[in-house]
Amino acid sequence: MSVQHLKNRAAPGEPARKHTISVLVENRPGVLARVSGLFARRGYNIDSLAVCATEDPAVSRMTLVTQGDDRHLQQVVNQLDKLVDVITIMDHTDDDLIEREIALIKVRATVKNRSEIMQLATVFRADVVSIAPVEETMILEVTGDSAKVDAFLETLHTFSILELVRTGKIAMVRGIRDT
Amino acid sequence: MNGAEALVEALKREGVDYIFGISGGAALPIYDALSRPEAQSIRNLLVRHEQAAAHMAEGYAKATGRVGVCLATSGPGATNLVTGIADAVLDSVPIVAITGQVPTTAIGSDAFQESDIMGITMPIVKHSLQPRDPNDIPRMVKEAFYIARTGRPGPVLIDIPRDISQAQLRQFVYPDTVSLRGYHPERKTDLADIERAVELIKSAQKPVLYAGGGVVNTMAHEELRALAEKTDIPVTTTLMGRGAFPDRHPLSLNMLGMHGTAYANWAVRDCDLLIAVGVRFDDRVTGNLAKFAQNAKVIHVEVDPAEVHKNRAADVSLLADAKDALARLHDACPPLKHTEWRRQIGQWKEAHPLSYAKNGKLKPQYIMEALAALTDGDAILSTDVGQHQMWAAQYYPFKRPRQWLTSGGLGTMGFGLPAALGAKVGCPEQDVWLVTGDGSFQMMMQELATSVVYGIPVKIALFNNQSLGMVKQWQDLFYEKRYSGSLLSDVPNYKLLAEAYGLVGITVRTPEEVRPALELARKTQDRTVLIDFQHDPAEHVYPMIPGGLSVHEMRLQPRPGDPEWIEG
Repeated sequence: MSVQHLKNRAAPGEPARKHTISVLVENRPGVLARVSGLFARRGYNIDSLAVCATEDPAVSRMTLVTQGDDRHLQQVVNQLDKLVDVITIMDHTDDDLIEREIALIKVRATVKNRSEIMQLATVFRADVVSIAPVEETMILEVTGDSAKVDAFLETLHTFSILELVRTGKIAMVRGIRDT
Repeated sequence: MNGAEALVEALKREGVDYIFGISGGAALPIYDALSRPEAQSIRNLLVRHEQAAAHMAEGYAKATGRVGVCLATSGPGATNLVTGIADAVLDSVPIVAITGQVPTTAIGSDAFQESDIMGITMPIVKHSLQPRDPNDIPRMVKEAFYIARTGRPGPVLIDIPRDISQAQLRQFVYPDTVSLRGYHPERKTDLADIERAVELIKSAQKPVLYAGGGVVNTMAHEELRALAEKTDIPVTTTLMGRGAFPDRHPLSLNMLGMHGTAYANWAVRDCDLLIAVGVRFDDRVTGNLAKFAQNAKVIHVEVDPAEVHKNRAADVSLLADAKDALARLHDACPPLKHTEWRRQIGQWKEAHPLSYAKNGKLKPQYIMEALAALTDGDAILSTDVGQHQMWAAQYYPFKRPRQWLTSGGLGTMGFGLPAALGAKVGCPEQDVWLVTGDGSFQMMMQELATSVVYGIPVKIALFNNQSLGMVKQWQDLFYEKRYSGSLLSDVPNYKLLAEAYGLVGITVRTPEEVRPALELARKTQDRTVLIDFQHDPAEHVYPMIPGGLSVHEMRLQPRPGDPEWIEG
């Protein structure tokens, strides 16, 4: 369990910021409920959550983004660590990370503005994954860190966004260190 | 061997000698397995309400230090355990709660007597397990007991679907060890932290030791006493820590907090170093956190990392078992003297001891004093929740850990009688007294039957003020005596109630009757004795720090002429 480095970080009055934590859990029924329930009853917000398999079939990974000061984060980590099904918790807030989210965006695309949307997509290296000419819709897929996905959505706001589906963030530490 | 028989065999391997519970459809295979000759070393006691079963398991665990076990069927049986499980998690009591469940094929179908007890109890268990294969049962039982008793103890639930109880195992294999990669309760005291703590202790002028349930759970009382004596540091205990330090010791400050002694609260107010051991800075201790021990540095010895820096930031935290950390602190600290500090505290003790108005009426504090004198502080004391609980905590001169059974965190009225019975079962050689109130007692008084049927004699001192006394006290002080929902009236007749169960009932109305009644109860060893003490119902618990306030707003026992003085 790797909470040791947090031990003396509880300086009050530090500003709230986003924290990315990676939680390895036993792949058992009810584990997601234990983790999400803990956040709910302790009053911690989950900004995003991604649950996935790992290279070990008995272990799942949860990548969580939560907001708060360092003391808040320490409480989150300590409480999570009390769950028997939680194997390790890594705080990646200050790590050099590769972070990715995927968004699928359905926009109103008429004959007139379709090419403009596609040009914007090219700038963000987003893919056009579906076009329905009669219904005048188009689905774009963008992959990147939160800032990039946010920026793309901001750009698309001049068009009519019909639906947005966005994953939670996943993250991996660069280099040899474990995530 | 089927799943239920495997469960019973596993319980035997864990050394379980008593199970408290009630059967029902989904638990029938388990009860059937308990009836076999192989299961003779386990006595299963049929109680009258599952909540009592959980509290009995708690009382057994608190008094003996071993894991208590309760058993219920699915649905309402399981949900009736919930209050007891919640009580155990807040007070760190090691119990294993076993529930029957509808068959796996019916789970999720709203079947008869189905409740999602795994889901319901998720926020109040230390861990929970539900076997879906009978071959997992031995391992899960091993894990459950290990998790319940290690680290910060707590309740573990095992929910066993009926078809799993009935299915055959390939082979019963009981594991020797537990392998849980997400659970590592063992903590080694960091020697650098010890050094930093010793530096703080050496430089402190006005240190106070603040000891709680963690000292009791690890039986670290001798280490605590050795450290306190070597360093000449006074000790105050929390409600859960009563018995961690002998109250008749000159360094004892008795209890601190909302109804703690004035001198304990003043000592904490003025101290420059607070050595917190096995405590969690609960709001009933601290009141307004910003004003709690404002000038003190804090050393926090705690086995649960989530408690450190939670409510109060620590200058030095020792993530360790209290027993180990206290022993190391004792070895590393030089002998110290705090003459001036001790003199100051001595003055406070002399000027403001615990006190009450002696006006000829039957006072609850007098009853506690008489009980303390009669038993010389040696009895196991179980309580319920409310005024009587505070008087018991204040006035009983505790000598050792595990003689004080109370519901601190959850404040569960109804805890007392079943906990007393569970303690008596676990410690048959000791006298167990229940100090209860009429409100609390009526929540679990059906368990008098359990006392009769299994011959478990306890001594019941019922503090009868015909009201929910602590609620009424708050209404007296903060709600202009509007007694909304707090008056219970004078039913039942407790003497007749006891007699209806074949027990001894006594009614006491005057101070003169107190000692003979207590003496009779002490002498009666073959059955439970219930003494209905009809004491002055107007009595309040003092000192009192109103909720959310600080020691600066502490109210002391009123004296004649004070606005809160109640005319005798």
